[in-house]
Amino acid sequence: MATTDPHRQTVISNLSRRKVLKGIVSTGGLVLAARVMPRGAQAGIVEAYATGAGAMSGGTVWNPQVFVSIAPDGTVTIVAHRSEMGTGVRTSLPLLIAEEMDADWSRVKIVQAPGDEKTYGNQDNDGSRSVRHFIQPMRACGAAARQMLEQAAATRWGVATAECQASNHTIVHRPSGRSLGFGELAALAAKLPVPAEDTLRLKDPSGFRYIGKGTVPMTDLHDITVGKAIYAQDVRLPGMRYAVIARPPVLLGKAVSWNADAALKVPGVLKILSIASTPMPAKYAPLGGIAVIATSTWAATKGREALGVVWDDGENKSYDSDAYATELAVRARAPGKIERDEGDIDHALANAAKVIEREYCIPHGHHASMEAPAAVARISNGKAEVWACAQSPAGARADIAATLGLEETDVTLNVTLLGGSFGRKSQCDFALEAAVISREMGGTAVKVVWTREDDIRHGFYHAISYQHVTAGIDATGKVIAWRQRSVAPSFMANFMPDPGRQSAGELGMGLTDLAFDVPNLRLETGEAKAHVRLGWFRSVNNIPHAFATQSMVAEVAAELGRDPKDFLLELIGRPRVVDPRKSVSSEFVNYDDPWEGHVIDTARLRGVVELAAAKAGWGRTLPPGHGLGIAVQRSFGSYVASVVEVAVDAKGELSVPRVDTAIDCGFFINPERIRSQIEGAAVMGLTVAKHSNIRFKDGRVQQSNFHDYPVLRMGEGAMDVRTHIVPHGVDKASGGVGEPGLPPFAPALANAVFAATGKRIRNLPIGAQLKG
Amino acid sequence: MKLRINQQERSFEVDPQMPLMWLLRDELGLTGTKFGCGMGLCGACTVHIDGKAVRSCITPVSSVTGEVTTIEGLSADGNHPLQVSWRELNVPQCGYCQPGQIMNAAALLAANAKPSDQEIVEAMSGNICRCGCYQRIFAAIKSAAQEA
Ligand code: FES
Ligand code: FES
Repeated sequence: MATTDPHRQTVISNLSRRKVLKGIVSTGGLVLAARVMPRGAQAGIVEAYATGAGAMSGGTVWNPQVFVSIAPDGTVTIVAHRSEMGTGVRTSLPLLIAEEMDADWSRVKIVQAPGDEKTYGNQDNDGSRSVRHFIQPMRACGAAARQMLEQAAATRWGVATAECQASNHTIVHRPSGRSLGFGELAALAAKLPVPAEDTLRLKDPSGFRYIGKGTVPMTDLHDITVGKAIYAQDVRLPGMRYAVIARPPVLLGKAVSWNADAALKVPGVLKILSIASTPMPAKYAPLGGIAVIATSTWAATKGREALGVVWDDGENKSYDSDAYATELAVRARAPGKIERDEGDIDHALANAAKVIEREYCIPHGHHASMEAPAAVARISNGKAEVWACAQSPAGARADIAATLGLEETDVTLNVTLLGGSFGRKSQCDFALEAAVISREMGGTAVKVVWTREDDIRHGFYHAISYQHVTAGIDATGKVIAWRQRSVAPSFMANFMPDPGRQSAGELGMGLTDLAFDVPNLRLETGEAKAHVRLGWFRSVNNIPHAFATQSMVAEVAAELGRDPKDFLLELIGRPRVVDPRKSVSSEFVNYDDPWEGHVIDTARLRGVVELAAAKAGWGRTLPPGHGLGIAVQRSFGSYVASVVEVAVDAKGELSVPRVDTAIDCGFFINPERIRSQIEGAAVMGLTVAKHSNIRFKDGRVQQSNFHDYPVLRMGEGAMDVRTHIVPHGVDKASGGVGEPGLPPFAPALANAVFAATGKRIRNLPIGAQLKG
Repeated sequence: MKLRINQQERSFEVDPQMPLMWLLRDELGLTGTKFGCGMGLCGACTVHIDGKAVRSCITPVSSVTGEVTTIEGLSADGNHPLQVSWRELNVPQCGYCQPGQIMNAAALLAANAKPSDQEIVEAMSGNICRCGCYQRIFAAIKSAAQEA
């Protein structure tokens, strides 16, 4: 092939990359970092596009001898190595293996891998990574298993391997029509070497029976409906004790005194323990406090009530999030640190025919997954076994080992189902608490139960943030200048001395990746120190960034008397690749994916805007009090646009009769789960827009349960969410699905509220702003 | 103390003030009844007492006089019409709220075989699904009601 052939170029770059990766991923002959994909529809030609998976700890592993076992009766057992928290990943990734093996799904069993990245590859379920990073290795794994079975059959029959083909759980010898079941070939196939990567033949997409169909239900569906699905809160071991912890109400506060005797008088209470805290940066270390261990959760809770702990609140006691928001606003109004700069912003703004300035604020938020955190630990003979709803199980295992002073190989981290997480359960403080308490209890199995109050008051919060946006418009009505300042504390304060402003990774989520066609562009950050534990909440910094940019677009459109959708498309500009790497002042983080194959493509951004608008009937006549709003955001490699229809009644009560969301997530596995994630994102987006507000006063979280931290209930809207998926071939890199549905929702809603009422929402949550 | 739970007589010694939810979960191992809020705000702990939906997290064991049914006992084969429609429509995401949703919906349909849309919303608005499956929960109840 000529060097000008783009496909060939891709191969070369990937091969060289692969050599680099070999040093990073785990060693061992069969453990390979695989990024293999067929080019286009041509089966048999193996090519790759790179993902960020190789740079993650553990990288990728595709060895079928790790992931697949076949019993003599033909039962195929496939390992799910990623955590299930509602996205369906425990089904989707094994489905890829089954697809490539041509296995009969009804004869497939799924087992959950423990936390162990050396064996299974990366297990960090943040960043909507599971499919986007593992679609290729899992397909390779299945293909390798199939080829081993085909070769086993060829050996058994003494025929050429090329004449043997997998078909629905059997291998068929095409010329003679003979066939053998997978089970009959399993023992022989297991003795064969794993095929070399460059000999793998992936299925032609025309032969897919599962991928892209959406016909296979979640593997846990039946268990969920009959109450047999087991979450960490449900784990029970013989002789297990229950613990609840009185944690300092203010971060890094210390217990000065407590009444252990009163607590021990509560029937069932066995022991009171003091738990140490760790100064920031504490990563995921326990918050400390006083633990009550009892024979039941109820007794432990009663014991905790009796403790009457007196706290020394320490230096964070003055944190007041309302006052902090005011500080952030002041910073956002002054020049900050330049993060990306194009053209001459000062000159352009000074000479603009019209300048529009707006400010947007989003408060702290909290995940409030239906299952509050929980973990069970049991330590015996120098070995720890832990059951946890861990979103990052291998990370949790490493942290437990470090906390207990054990080797990682002495810690088994069993992954339960996660009753929701949305980022919270990546932080394994609850599992570390269980491990520490079990050790103090002489190794007795202990379940640490977080109550809803514990969950809401001791979270890793979505950062409060302020955005200041200035747009300059020329005499012809074109936007010639866009300056946006983003001020928010950084979750990096958990891991390093507080950087005092958002990191490159946080800014890559909606600020430095801004894809507007504006000649003079400046993106800045302001200083903001962290006073609480911050974490990643589903789609993270995309929420405030998209809220500001997408609200601002509609505000400017309104000022100029333009249709917001047409104006949005004009700002996005012609189809092209936007490359912020040239104009950022430090690093541009592209969701940890390499640039090639994962560029910012405005054709796709435009595509979802146009699709959502067309499907929603943009411009249609609406009843009085109704309005349509639109917003778009690229995040985690996917492009999502939402058109929200809002209805605001005479009392200022808001509802959302209909949502149309278009998603372009590249090549995808399960459209049914994409729809369910988009439906859920609308509900969560409406919660963020309408309700979510974690406030700190005297360093304490003011909310505690669903009465004062409400989440959306049935009947509040978003009950008619229509998902429109852009189809793609296997060569289009898969994007994330779990998070990208969320960011466009709040600005689309705010824009709809403006269309319906003329009122502009700039501070979330909406709360009572539309009333009176 | 004794209670009839899922058509079986169960005896136990616990603090009479212990909420039924903790009896079920911690003492009897019936963990299909979930702990969501402990304050009657989310419905994750919904069980039936004599066929009526009750929040077991705020129901002291001593106050229970009737027959308790949990998700594990809703139907012998797991094929209550709601369980079937839940599976047909792929309702759950994480699944944690779903036993409570199903138990609440089952009590609704037992009392009102053909609820109106508004009656469904009213009956279900005490059950939170943080994953946001409401659209499908609603559709699954409608579908089961139509089959009946
Ligand atoms: S746990 Fe009982 S209503 Fe929430
Ligand atoms: S399915 Fe997760 S809370 Fe309802």
